Amino acid sequence: MWMWVVHRATGVAIFFFLLVHVLDTSLVRVSPEAYNEVIGAYKTPIYGLIEAGLVAAIVLHAFNGLRIIAVDRWTWALRRQRMLVWIVWGIFAVLMAGFLPRHLMHVFGGA
Amino acid sequence: MTATAEKTEEVGAVESFTVTLKILRHDPDGLDGREPGAEYWEEFQVEAHATDRVLDALHAIKWEQDGTLAFRRSCAHGVCGSDAMRINARNRLACKTLLKDLNPARPITVEPIKGLPVEKDLIVDMEPFFASYRDIMPFLMPSGPTPERERLQSPEDRERFDDTTKCILCAACTTSCPVFWTDGQYFGPQAIVGAHRFIFDSRDDGEWDRLEILNDQAGVWKCRTAFNCTEACPRGIEVTKAISEVKRALTSGEV
Repeated sequence: MWMWVVHRATGVAIFFFLLVHVLDTSLVRVSPEAYNEVIGAYKTPIYGLIEAGLVAAIVLHAFNGLRIIAVDRWTWALRRQRMLVWIVWGIFAVLMAGFLPRHLMHVFGGA
Repeated sequence: MTATAEKTEEVGAVESFTVTLKILRHDPDGLDGREPGAEYWEEFQVEAHATDRVLDALHAIKWEQDGTLAFRRSCAHGVCGSDAMRINARNRLACKTLLKDLNPARPITVEPIKGLPVEKDLIVDMEPFFASYRDIMPFLMPSGPTPERERLQSPEDRERFDDTTKCILCAACTTSCPVFWTDGQYFGPQAIVGAHRFIFDSRDDGEWDRLEILNDQAGVWKCRTAFNCTEACPRGIEVTKAISEVKRALTSGEV
């Protein structure tokens, strides 16, 4: 059940990201200056951390989505769904281990 | 004779211990100054043996400590499906759960199964659950004239729905489903298991009537493969697999 909760929570989070993303991108039609100002705010460390959370949510949602497709499609995967949960978290850990140091260096390194 | 019996009892003595049961009670009448419909937790201490089940502890409470405790049970051997309850936050049959397997050092929580209206203590109204079961028409619907002898079936054809014949309608699966908790319209895992038993039976010809019912908004597509039902089933039925097979029959159009 917990993967179902994770899938829901990340799904809702990604939905709100997309909503905000559509709004900020459409600002360029209103006024390019306002657009620049809003996009500039995303360079602050607090948004850097939110970005890291966004990537985490998308990676989890994507790979758990593949797990759900596999479970729906093949009885083999259905019977091993618990193991697949750990594989999803394993892939998540590996990808985040690659992404986070680089991303956080950009956010806090000032480079 | 008596002396011998006493001696064996000591030698083969079963380990005994004290357990605390923390029961979520529901008082519809409002006795002892409570509001009618009040819910409260009550703890009981019971002397138990390693061979005792949760049901034995509930009996000890009802018979020796508090006769007002209400729960259902009938056969007490895991066949009738009357005593499904939420024990330590998991749906189980009280008669199939040994106290010693539940870490008796800590209080054991016992709650009524979730998602159905509570009537008193551990007794819930099973009617919505049975109504869903009736909706999927759980009876043989053959076509053609009635044969003069048994309807024969190959072992391979029997094997296809063997797993779902084990269901005892205890509601442990349906009331463990997070979708059912929030949407009482959902047929629930048990009704789909009940339908699966007939849909994949070669002697039955009503499969498309049942599949049409389960193709409904409140049918199989509400399943989010949370796997709570499979983990809750005291009969070890692969419930999510059965639901998945019904989904596949609907998408492929083949039974």
